[in-house]
Amino acid sequence: MTPIPAPPIAWNALLPILVLAGTAMLVLLADLLPPRESKQHLGALALAGIIAALVIALVRWGTDVCGFRDMVRLDGYALFFDIVIAYAAALVVLLSMDYLRRRGAESGEYYALVLFAACGMMLLASAGDLIIVFLGIELMSLSLYVLAGLFKSRRQSSEASMKYFLLGVFASAFLLYGIALLFGAAGSTNFERVAAAAARNPHDTLLLIGVALLLVGFGFKISSVPFHMWAPDVYEGAPTSVTALIATGSKAAAFAALIRFLTTALRPLQPDWTALLWILAALSMTVGNVVAIAQTNLKRMLAYSSIAHVGYMLVGLVAGGPQGTSAILFYLFAYVFTTAGTFGVLTLCERTGGTPEPDGDGAVDVREYAGLGRRSPALAFALTFFLLSLVGIPPLAGFFGKFYLFGAAVRAGYVWLAVIAVLNSAVAAYYYLRVVVYMYMREPEGAAATLAPSFAGGLALAIAFIGIVLLGVMPAPFVELAQVAVAPLLR
Amino acid sequence: MTVPDAWYLGLSAVLFAIGIVGVIVRRNPLVIFMSIELALNAANLALVTFGARLGSPDGQALVFFVMAVAAAEVGVGLAIIVVIFRSRHRLSVDDLSLMRW
Amino acid sequence: MSTSVWLIPAFPLAGALINMLFGRLTGRRASWIAVPALLGSFLAACAVFSRVWHGEIVTARLYPWIQGGEFTTAVSVAVDPLTGVMLLVITGVGFLIHVYSVGYMHDDPGYARYFAYLNLFVFSMTMLVLASNFLLLYVFWEAVGLCSYLLIGFWYTRPAAAQAGKKAFIVNRVGDLGFGLGVMWLWVAVGSLDYADVFKAAGSMEPATATWIALLLFMGACGKSAQIPLHVWLPDAMEGPTPVSALIHAATMVTAGVYMVARSHVLFERSGVALDVVAAIGVATAVFAATIGLVQTDIKRVLAYSTVSQLGYMFAAVGIGAYAAGIFHLVTHAFFKALLFLGAGSVIHGMNGEQDLRKMGDLSKRMMATTITMGIGALGLAGMLPLAGFWSKDEILAAAFFGHRRVLWGLLVAGAFMTAFYTFRMFFLAFFGSPRMSREVAHHVHESPRSMTWPLVILAVLTTVTGLAVGIPLEHGSPFERFLAPVFARLEEAHSPVAALALAVLSVVVVAAGILLAWMLYHVRRVKAEEVGQPRTWVHALLLNAWYVDAIYDRLIVQPLYALSVLLARAFDLGVIDGIVNGLGRAVTGWAAGFRRLQTGFVVNYALTMLVGAVLLVGYLLTR
Repeated sequence: MTPIPAPPIAWNALLPILVLAGTAMLVLLADLLPPRESKQHLGALALAGIIAALVIALVRWGTDVCGFRDMVRLDGYALFFDIVIAYAAALVVLLSMDYLRRRGAESGEYYALVLFAACGMMLLASAGDLIIVFLGIELMSLSLYVLAGLFKSRRQSSEASMKYFLLGVFASAFLLYGIALLFGAAGSTNFERVAAAAARNPHDTLLLIGVALLLVGFGFKISSVPFHMWAPDVYEGAPTSVTALIATGSKAAAFAALIRFLTTALRPLQPDWTALLWILAALSMTVGNVVAIAQTNLKRMLAYSSIAHVGYMLVGLVAGGPQGTSAILFYLFAYVFTTAGTFGVLTLCERTGGTPEPDGDGAVDVREYAGLGRRSPALAFALTFFLLSLVGIPPLAGFFGKFYLFGAAVRAGYVWLAVIAVLNSAVAAYYYLRVVVYMYMREPEGAAATLAPSFAGGLALAIAFIGIVLLGVMPAPFVELAQVAVAPLLR
Repeated sequence: MTVPDAWYLGLSAVLFAIGIVGVIVRRNPLVIFMSIELALNAANLALVTFGARLGSPDGQALVFFVMAVAAAEVGVGLAIIVVIFRSRHRLSVDDLSLMRW
Repeated sequence: MSTSVWLIPAFPLAGALINMLFGRLTGRRASWIAVPALLGSFLAACAVFSRVWHGEIVTARLYPWIQGGEFTTAVSVAVDPLTGVMLLVITGVGFLIHVYSVGYMHDDPGYARYFAYLNLFVFSMTMLVLASNFLLLYVFWEAVGLCSYLLIGFWYTRPAAAQAGKKAFIVNRVGDLGFGLGVMWLWVAVGSLDYADVFKAAGSMEPATATWIALLLFMGACGKSAQIPLHVWLPDAMEGPTPVSALIHAATMVTAGVYMVARSHVLFERSGVALDVVAAIGVATAVFAATIGLVQTDIKRVLAYSTVSQLGYMFAAVGIGAYAAGIFHLVTHAFFKALLFLGAGSVIHGMNGEQDLRKMGDLSKRMMATTITMGIGALGLAGMLPLAGFWSKDEILAAAFFGHRRVLWGLLVAGAFMTAFYTFRMFFLAFFGSPRMSREVAHHVHESPRSMTWPLVILAVLTTVTGLAVGIPLEHGSPFERFLAPVFARLEEAHSPVAALALAVLSVVVVAAGILLAWMLYHVRRVKAEEVGQPRTWVHALLLNAWYVDAIYDRLIVQPLYALSVLLARAFDLGVIDGIVNGLGRAVTGWAAGFRRLQTGFVVNYALTMLVGAVLLVGYLLTR
């Protein structure tokens, strides 16, 4: 009997993911042990795992490992996204420790699912093969579907979960069929081989249909128009801490895979997808911003605004080249801090007047923020800064993100797209500032409660706050980081 | 007699289309979900066909991944449907319209 | 050597941070930190200025800021004569206004917050003029806007204040949109944003490109400096505390646009057309705002429209190439307008918050110091010999006249007449005639404390002597002009002294006529409160409503945009998309003939939209 030779396993290439997955299992195990009343220690454990993954990503900066027949690749690009995702996950865990305790919905599975979702995200960042893209998206999404329905007794929450699930799986079907067609056209699902096939015959019908279907799947995950319609409902219905994860981590991870796929596997088709993304970018920005104006529910408003931000980031993909691509990376980094911070403040705000419902959501209507500046100056101050960063006011992170993105577009000759983007960001100022106006310039309507975030929540906000200020005041090192990260893609 | 590749691919395309249309015309989440499974299996069929045509085992290997993922999806999906059913005692996606605009 | 340059912004920044972070601790003592911070800043500015005076250009590189690929820029500052003058004005007037605020804001609960914002503003403003590249300029351009927004809405419990703050911000965003695009274009065209590189490259730039960039930059200036059509926010900005109006909305921030145009004059000259646009907008605003000023009844709004109008004069000056004259007017305007605002603040303080001219009158008896200093300020604004305003305005008029822009000159002279008239209308209504306030208020009227009157006196002295000291035109321009000559590298050609003298005499006569008319109408004749500000003719109504610009903007821009949003949210997502989706759904059902009824639920809609998107994507990629 001939022994089957053991395939080589590149543990190194999976190191951060393995750490996260291991921690997730530990969390599940520890959930069975006492103490049963409080789950704060599980949150701390999850946090420790994320920090370990973050440290690994930082230590391994500058290395480049491939494994599993080039399916997984832990290069500078993947490490950059691992860092971004680790920050997003860490902020979400910190916020959740506070938020879930207030809502009485703490559970061990929650933290484990956040970790599994983060695993999927990191897998997406490392994907060098379409099947890894599929696995990463599914691992991430399945965890998020469950998380979105965490508040089982709250109808909005289960509805969000259901909608997210059905539409997500629907999008996955497109994605998978696209992968199958690409496999048929290229004879492989590896990015490099797909690129070679595309270069040989760029107008192969099978290939083009496959690409279009894949873009549907990606478009759904990044919530770009016209695949965005799930986002407002899910953002609104999901528990706010989960919304934060969907808005930051899952978006960053989907972008990571999309950028790598487009710039490596589909480089021969660049003119085609550039023209396509031009339209999607313009549509996303405009629809997102304009519809956001009419929203009064903050989570919904932020959902539409996040659709608009996707449009801005697509501008970077259209611009292409080292500048455009690195600009997206920088923007995502800034966006993660800003968005996590914004949702973080939302998780910490109680409804004005009356007691919070046990599974409720806290204050989400803009009117409930009236007078927050008086009730809770620190929270209001922080939220003001996060919103200003979303508007793109210098010298906060959002400003430089936009500056690099739009600058790259102008440099690449897409002046009109840049003009649309700048016009859009001017419109956006209106609805962000309306919240500021409510916080500082309106009297609260109900009985005012004073708020004190716990240590974990305060820490999360502080990290996010320092993040946006640091990225705004000293963007240079981070831009350099992003440029180093995209270098391997554009060789 | 051998069946040409194109027939398999044609069947796969038809299955995919039936799946997609099913999602759109049905309102019971369970049936919608089954339609999506149909679309996933259409992709599996395409993968196997292409694998056979290229003479590479990759196509079949991919199918195993997809089947495993689909099984996980079923688990999560049914759980969510049960939660919804418990709180509303009806199963129709038309009811899921608390949040809109 | 970079010593002391960084101290200029550092002092107010430190003051702002301390009062922001430890506001609860400092509380009433906030001014003990904020005022010395400004004094330190002013002294540092003097030290730097003395070096600039001796012909040195002080530069400092604070830290490398962005180093990415081909785009590198540093936080670097440079002080040339233009920046030096601006620094002295900002920190000097800023210091006086800080001192004044100690008295004015004394009982306000937001004392620490107020001084924190005010320090933050001075920090941003000094950085704005210190910046030696466009990116840094843009960053602080936005930052001063933010401070202005915070301070206009300082009394946020007043809905009008909150509304005004928001309006200022949004209108400024419109301008900044252009400014941002201009900066971006500049980067594309030149590849650098450093002043030195840009102005070197501007000489050989395509005139069309230069025109576009210059016009976009000027759009930002229009927003910040409240020029037509973006002037609407400044009158509303008067909802902020009066010292803020004096510092930000009269003396410093609103002049940033003038500074920017003067700073980038190479670019504007390269274009030529852009310079003409600047001049045209400037003159139009100068006259337009003056007409509105004629009928206002709120003491601060009179001053606000006069600010808009005077800013128009400055733009007119830089637009016709008389940069030094424009900057000189900026300086003298900073003195007399700050003086007038602080004087108005003193009146409001003494009258317990009353701002309506119709309810004032005869204040000169109780408020001697305020009356005298206000009188000097009013003469300065009217441009009466020998006050500073005369010299600076006269130079602008002369430049227009000798530059063969006779139409502009004529309009500016008419504006000068109106300025003299409305300034003294305000002055007589407030301080003379019979008292029209209620008995309780009349009993309460009192002179303001020392901390408020002393800044008035100092500003009055400055208003009086500045013109005589540095503004008298000699053979090669005034001393001020010669000092700025290295920046603008262009001296006015000498013109016949007889003509110049004739112009000066004419200007004095026009001003005197305006004052005289105001004296006859509002001092000699008995003023009835109910007659002032009552629109009797349609012209009067038009002016009183500021030409209905706000209403037009609301009707044409604000309401449609909001309607569009609602439409998109409700009708588009649910109507149009639903419509398409339903139609498609029906088609699909018809095709799959077994499903008779179709009642689209929402998940289904979303899925259908995705499907339509997918079909379009496939179609697009295949047909390309």
